[in-house]
Amino acid sequence: MKSDRSEIGDRAAIAGIGQTEFSKDSGRSELRLALEAISAALDDAGLRPEDVDGMATFTMDNNPEIEINRYLGGGDLKFFSRTHYGGGAACAPILHAAMAVATGVCDVVVCYRAMNERSQQRFGAGVQGRPPMPVPEVVHFGWHSPYGLLTPASWVAMNARRAMHEYGITSEDFGRISVADRKHAATNPKAWFFEKPITLEDHQRSRWIVEPLRLLDCCQESDGAVAVVVTSLERARDLRSPPVRIAAAAQGATTDQQMMTRYYSEDILGLPEMGLVARQLYQTAGVGPGDVATAIFYDHFTPFVLTQIEEFGFCGRGEAKDFIKGGNIELGGGLPINPHGGQLGEAYIHGMNGIAEGVRQVRGTAVNQVEGAEHVIVTAGTGVPTSGLILGVG
Amino acid sequence: MTPEELRQRLDPIVGREGAPQHAPDPVNEPMIRHWCEAVGDLNPAYLDDDFAAASLHGGRVAPPAMLQAWGMPGLRPRGEIRSGPMGEVLALLDAAGYTSVVATNCRQEYARYLRPGDRLNVTAQVRSVSDEKKTALGVGRFVDQLMIYRDIGGEEVARMEFRILKFRPPARATAEAGTGRPRPRPARSRDNAFFWEGVDERRLLIQRCDGCGRLRHPPGPMCPDCHGFDWEAQEASGRGRVYSFVVAHHPPIPPFDYPNLIALVELEEGTRIVSNLIGVSPDDVAIDMPVEVVFTQVDPDLVLPLFRPIPGR
Ligand SMILES: [Zn+2]
Repeated sequence: MKSDRSEIGDRAAIAGIGQTEFSKDSGRSELRLALEAISAALDDAGLRPEDVDGMATFTMDNNPEIEINRYLGGGDLKFFSRTHYGGGAACAPILHAAMAVATGVCDVVVCYRAMNERSQQRFGAGVQGRPPMPVPEVVHFGWHSPYGLLTPASWVAMNARRAMHEYGITSEDFGRISVADRKHAATNPKAWFFEKPITLEDHQRSRWIVEPLRLLDCCQESDGAVAVVVTSLERARDLRSPPVRIAAAAQGATTDQQMMTRYYSEDILGLPEMGLVARQLYQTAGVGPGDVATAIFYDHFTPFVLTQIEEFGFCGRGEAKDFIKGGNIELGGGLPINPHGGQLGEAYIHGMNGIAEGVRQVRGTAVNQVEGAEHVIVTAGTGVPTSGLILGVG
Repeated sequence: MTPEELRQRLDPIVGREGAPQHAPDPVNEPMIRHWCEAVGDLNPAYLDDDFAAASLHGGRVAPPAMLQAWGMPGLRPRGEIRSGPMGEVLALLDAAGYTSVVATNCRQEYARYLRPGDRLNVTAQVRSVSDEKKTALGVGRFVDQLMIYRDIGGEEVARMEFRILKFRPPARATAEAGTGRPRPRPARSRDNAFFWEGVDERRLLIQRCDGCGRLRHPPGPMCPDCHGFDWEAQEASGRGRVYSFVVAHHPPIPPFDYPNLIALVELEEGTRIVSNLIGVSPDDVAIDMPVEVVFTQVDPDLVLPLFRPIPGR
């Protein structure tokens, strides 16, 4: 079988992280949020704006690299890249940055995501008013939009219903993901849902958004920004904060990949692109599920968290509903997930806040610190071409 | 117009009393009867001469809450309404982009009952125009108006405080305002036009590879198996089974009705297609339920292949 190992492991490090507060109405421009988070990340690394010579972000970010750099007073940019596919991009800027610094293309890359997603442009409102242009993404959208399948929740719900049918998953099983995230957020002062845990009964009482998904199966909508500074592992060791090693970074899209609508493949239950990312990460980092103390699983909607647990090999196909029972994914359990509260509990910053949490866990500075977090998995958006990281102690 | 300029132009109008407007008709029994029937208030003091004559009113009176009706200018107003202080304020707010209006509060005080034959006039003044406020309808300004109703002798018979919101409709709301906002249109490209042209003719087509015979949906220009570019369209039987389904509740997006039942249907031929299920309630849908296509004219210029349970199955 073809190897999925790459040479990117241990070549680069995260030297700094920064973020704004997470809110429902930042009251500031997305550009300003990005600059605040980047400034904080550079400060965390002990670097200056003029040290920055690379940038990486999402195609969905509204802040062009050159706008950021002009106001930041950054250096000449030798590298800039963007990744498509919504939240599936989240870990990809880190991969691109690591490749750029490992090959000497540039020295210091700032990865950022800034959004007034709640106060300015709500993704949950659905795709409306898109003119029917004959370009592939719009054509594909046209197989669903005339029927009202317009929102991220509805796209995920279609796969979730079939998984419930095949595996006997219940709405309560989805609820356990939400309960774990909200429990963790309840002790994270930076989380929107700080001191607001929920019970399984709360989940079961929450209203339908798109059956079989309830309100409490859906992540928040948030304003905020997160930035991450990537440089070579060697250089990071000389900087202000302890370096966090990028033990592995990977992207994944499979041959029959779709954007949020894997409905036409023979099997619509798994997340094969996440399986592809998992294989690359494990082989590149030289670790397996047993070496991972905690995982930050992308949690825009609860059903695909179950699937990720399976794709990363913590249990077999269809077994995640049993794996998560008895508090196994909560702090103190076998595999605590999303100790910051995830996007259901902390904030929805398109997965970038999960990367910051991964860094804090490896540094040992997280508010809900997991013991022995030497290797931490971080994943990106599910149901879309995606990406992931394994972070390790520098 | 900046907010400061708007405020400068509003200030001299606020507080000025407009010229009295005469009610088009005297208080009269036919209008009273229409109003009572419309609102379902059958109090005989308004409707029955004998009862009213024997009552403490000594004769028929008008329902107090009908006050506003007496001052209404009619469907084709004679010009006064858009002049006067209120007209000037509305014109300024329209020009500033607050083109939509909704009434938010109304408070009436009555000095005496009105009787058939009373001839009224109304004077109006704008008491205040708020600064811009954010509301669920959009940003706007509240306008407080005071209307005083007097009889022919100049005696005040009632007054009404009326508050409206003049607001700037959000772009989306404007599009929805027309009845019958169409469904989102599927994009037709050179690769999928055959499918939608087939639907227009009420035929459900599947793309079949000339090289290897593989059926594919959604269709595309090249076969991922044999890598050939040649294909034909094959007509499907239109029968299949529910492979998965969702029931959308929130957010409601026009023009769809909610809850909205959307299914992934696996056709007998093996390809899958997303569509709406009709003729069945969400509670009665199950995975594997047999369904058949029903071509439905959802908009004047759009036919969609919808699905319904196969009768008797
Ligand atoms: Zn072929």
